[in-house]
Amino acid sequence: MVYDWLKGLQDGAINPLGISGPFLLALLKVLLLIIPILTLVPGLIWWERRLLSWMQDRIGPNRTGTITFPDNFPLKALAGKKIRTFGLLQPIADGLKLFLKEDITPSHVDRKIYFIAPAIALFPAFALGGTLPWGPHTGIYGLLTPVANIEIGILYVLAISSLGAYGVVLAGYASNNKYSLMGGLRASAQLISYELGMAMAVAAVVMAAGSMKLTSLVEAQEAPLWGFVEGVQNWFIFTPYGLVAAVVFLIAMIAETNRAPFDLPEAENELIAGYHTEYSSMKFAVFFMGEYAAMFVFSGVFAVLFLGGYNMMPFQWDVLANQIPAMRGFFEFMASANYWLAPLTFIVKCAAGITFFIWLRATLPRLRYDQLMNLGWKTLLPVGVANFIVVGLWVVLTKIWGPVGGFVSLLVAMVFLAVLYLNFVSRTRAEAIGLQSRKIALVDPAPSQRRGITLVDPNKS
Amino acid sequence: MNANQLAFIALGGLAFLGALGVVLIPNPVRAALALVVNFFVLGLLYFVLGSQMMGISQIMVYAGAIMVLFLFVIMMLKLDKKAEEVAPGDAWRKRFTWLIGAVIGGAIFGGVMLPLASITTRVNPPQNFGTPQAVGWSLFTTYVWPFEVISVLLLVGIVGSIMLAKRRF
Amino acid sequence: MQSELYTIPSIDWSLVMPFIVVVITGVIGLLIEMFRPKQNNNAIVLVSLAGLAGAFALLIPQLGVTTTTTFAGMVLRDQFGVLLQLIIVAGAFLSLIFSEPYMKQRRIAHGEFYPMALWATSGAMLMVSSDNLLMIFVGLEVLSIALYCLAGLARDEQRSEEAALKYFLLGAFASAFLLYGIAFVYGITGSTSLAVFMETLARAPGINDLTVLFAITLLLVGFGFKTALVPFHQWTPDVYQGAPTNVTAFMSAVSKVAAFGAFARVLEASLPVQEFWMPALIVITILTMTVGNLAALVQKDVKRALGYSSIAHAGYVMVALLAYLQDPAKGSLGTVITYLAIYTFMTIGSFAVLSLTAVNKSEGTRYQDLYGLWNRAPLAAGCLVLFMVSLVGVPPTAGFLGKFQIFQDAMGAGLPLLAIALAINSFVSAYYYLQIVRAVFVDEEGALRVQSAPMNAGLRFALVICAVGVMPILFAPILSQGKQTVTLSKMIESGAFLQRPVASVPLNPEPGEKVEQITPSAPLSTVTGN
Repeated sequence: MVYDWLKGLQDGAINPLGISGPFLLALLKVLLLIIPILTLVPGLIWWERRLLSWMQDRIGPNRTGTITFPDNFPLKALAGKKIRTFGLLQPIADGLKLFLKEDITPSHVDRKIYFIAPAIALFPAFALGGTLPWGPHTGIYGLLTPVANIEIGILYVLAISSLGAYGVVLAGYASNNKYSLMGGLRASAQLISYELGMAMAVAAVVMAAGSMKLTSLVEAQEAPLWGFVEGVQNWFIFTPYGLVAAVVFLIAMIAETNRAPFDLPEAENELIAGYHTEYSSMKFAVFFMGEYAAMFVFSGVFAVLFLGGYNMMPFQWDVLANQIPAMRGFFEFMASANYWLAPLTFIVKCAAGITFFIWLRATLPRLRYDQLMNLGWKTLLPVGVANFIVVGLWVVLTKIWGPVGGFVSLLVAMVFLAVLYLNFVSRTRAEAIGLQSRKIALVDPAPSQRRGITLVDPNKS
Repeated sequence: MNANQLAFIALGGLAFLGALGVVLIPNPVRAALALVVNFFVLGLLYFVLGSQMMGISQIMVYAGAIMVLFLFVIMMLKLDKKAEEVAPGDAWRKRFTWLIGAVIGGAIFGGVMLPLASITTRVNPPQNFGTPQAVGWSLFTTYVWPFEVISVLLLVGIVGSIMLAKRRF
Repeated sequence: MQSELYTIPSIDWSLVMPFIVVVITGVIGLLIEMFRPKQNNNAIVLVSLAGLAGAFALLIPQLGVTTTTTFAGMVLRDQFGVLLQLIIVAGAFLSLIFSEPYMKQRRIAHGEFYPMALWATSGAMLMVSSDNLLMIFVGLEVLSIALYCLAGLARDEQRSEEAALKYFLLGAFASAFLLYGIAFVYGITGSTSLAVFMETLARAPGINDLTVLFAITLLLVGFGFKTALVPFHQWTPDVYQGAPTNVTAFMSAVSKVAAFGAFARVLEASLPVQEFWMPALIVITILTMTVGNLAALVQKDVKRALGYSSIAHAGYVMVALLAYLQDPAKGSLGTVITYLAIYTFMTIGSFAVLSLTAVNKSEGTRYQDLYGLWNRAPLAAGCLVLFMVSLVGVPPTAGFLGKFQIFQDAMGAGLPLLAIALAINSFVSAYYYLQIVRAVFVDEEGALRVQSAPMNAGLRFALVICAVGVMPILFAPILSQGKQTVTLSKMIESGAFLQRPVASVPLNPEPGEKVEQITPSAPLSTVTGN
């Protein structure tokens, strides 16, 4: 009975929603996207603080919400005991504090822009998920996700994420404060620079999948690995070009969300707190929320593009069931588990992405501004473009030589390019180091050099 | 009047307001913001017309990239105070400008837009209209030569700007 | 999956080969610039000149070939286009050949100049070799953007910077006008092709008058700026004066030829609604000639005077063009081409001589700075006299031939007003041209203090070619060739353009459903309900 019902849901034979109007359905879809993000943000903050403190060998917030029962508590079982929540209530307490604090508007700000900037910052973070599928598009999930399954899905993500700069830039401008303005300027420069690398990484994947629709991108990852390994899914991160694209995308994504080590716009030791210096209370909280929501959604985009989307494990269960009939039952169970656990899988993948964000924050120091620009323009962009060309080559050669031949030539091309690139990097780096570590010695003026300044090459001495 | 027309009128009105804002707001940052609104809504208008690819390119390129650079430059130069000062109120010139603008605007509206209102035939777009696939196909068939030649234009732009900006050779 | 629905255009590479050669030469030049020894541009110059010569050689055999198109109608080869491309390439060659010594003297020997100039040339070539507004616009932008940068080549000088900025701002403004006009044309016809535009206008001349008026007016403003017709000419003297002389030479010839080529095609396509623009253009032409010459009279700077003279000459070319458009039987595009060719030689030659005034980083182009040139560089001075005489239009020179032909055309085509204005203006212009001639021969005390750069091989070569170029005998064949030029209207009469693939191809029509489409052959008026 229940099984039949579930089966019907999965096949799309039963439509349990009973909603006919497109408007209500759209509203439901949007709520199903926004509510998880909104409710998970406090959890994320707790997770970040706890994980960070664990990595830094601290304790972190672990007290809020701990209930200590007095010894004379009526319930004997609880008397004198503590109920620990591991600080889970801390973000709620923080939220309350932010709500109740005085909302200060400095007198010198550009009031209108100052007020709309946080809203503008929050908008892309939520709108970004509009094309993300958190479940297969068959059956019940097909009705609920994604909000809009449009042909240009991934371009939509790129477009909306590029709008994310406005919130920061306008906040920086409206604050009428040098540090904030610097933060805004940095943010705009950083976003523009890393968008290119990101777009090139995405373009490689799009070319490999042959579509910009996010559901089609996930479907392309359900194909056999590398085009010829049956039974394993072709998650793009397992393919050579996809791996390169994933690394490029990951770095660009961290930069786009202004997270450490790319959090120059809000570098507290240089810019106080950058663009949100002048913001307090709820407006500050909105910026904060926008940042975390963006992290969450970007992790989802990464999962969709490279990690097989909502698929639990990189296996083609139905193919395996046919290949190994002895374990058919298990594989079929796994297939339906894969279907029913899809939203959970997706959320777990997002959480993994966020954990990675936090891990990076705990590990890497902030980049210097010129390093940031060099990384974006001189590393990510060329690597992305080269990768893009390689994918094009692979697509053509696969059509000519079949999947195996195409894959072999792809590997050869990538190894060749990698050797070339590493050779180039090692050479330029040697030069760069020679350039940067020159010291100025004020003593020992060589007769040939005027003004007593001489350049000493530390590599030689 | 159906939902499509409503959407069109709403978005068109918003785009119009944005365009007006660009011209009328003296503060450069706010004027640029009005332009952003205009570009963004224009992208949505393309969606209403069924041209997805154009719409998203409009938002991504103009609203997302070019206008961020605009703002960057405006903020860098700190134009806000000065610009308001240097726009002197030569009343006659201002009135003359308004007059010309009104005449041309009226002519465009009355002579070009209004006749369009009488079109009653519905023209169905082809099935694949506006998708990336369709745009890609026409870019690489009918418009392949302009498409390739644009690369020369970009090259000229890049080399030229470096030539003008680099340190002495 | 959809390939059968899109016609993949057949490509005849020979049509675009000259363009490709010029572009690739530019890229090679840029690569050489990376590895050249410091401040030594000789290799780049050689490669650039070789590339232009190669393009010239590729264009020559196309002279007699029948009119064809390729790349889905985006590239058009006809007599008119090939002749103008030849002039453009020759003009670029002549202005590059004397550049290096001049730029060395002014200490602006950027190696990027040559690739940029080549790409500008390629843009000009695109403009004249297409009857599609899209291509014309792309070509125009390639040409203009390169020229904006080149005008600011002397970065240390305020005048050069000012020239670049003025040119850029006004040019961008004009491009916007042009683009708006193109958008109107697209709105009227559903295509950017000029042939389709003409067809549409011819079939329903009254369609939505105001829209057509807007389209043509905006196109006229855009091209008026590029060709420096009078209400849109203000940038010319400043830019001509501020830009380095070799760039000015390039600009005055190449840019003008390209703009007139495209303008001629646009005007020809809008012939069916001649009554809209003909009177306006007649007034503009008379104004152009008059204002150009009168303003030149009071100039104290030779480069500036020549800038105004170029405005006046744009007016003369317009007279020829209007004569042709008024009455294709009497007037001829051959006259336009001939005059453009003659003008190219005259103006590049004059500017080449002026480039001698740049000595040791500084440059003086006032009349006084030419004093005594005859004693220092007799060849250059002699050539300058020859060019000036030709610019005035004194009988034995080609300038006379061209002007006489224009005069004849205008009289024949029933535009006596223009012919008379042309004649009067020629007399007026004699004053300032002869003032330049006089300056060359001044041998006063002050002349001794004036310095000029030493003669050099490149300049000598350029001057000799230009001097030969103003010999009238050369242009007789072009005149006769031009008479047979196959033009847009003739093509439409013969129905040649209809065989071309149309710009919008049906995408993916449903098999059962009857989909009504706006095709270029069905203008808006046929779609409207009433």
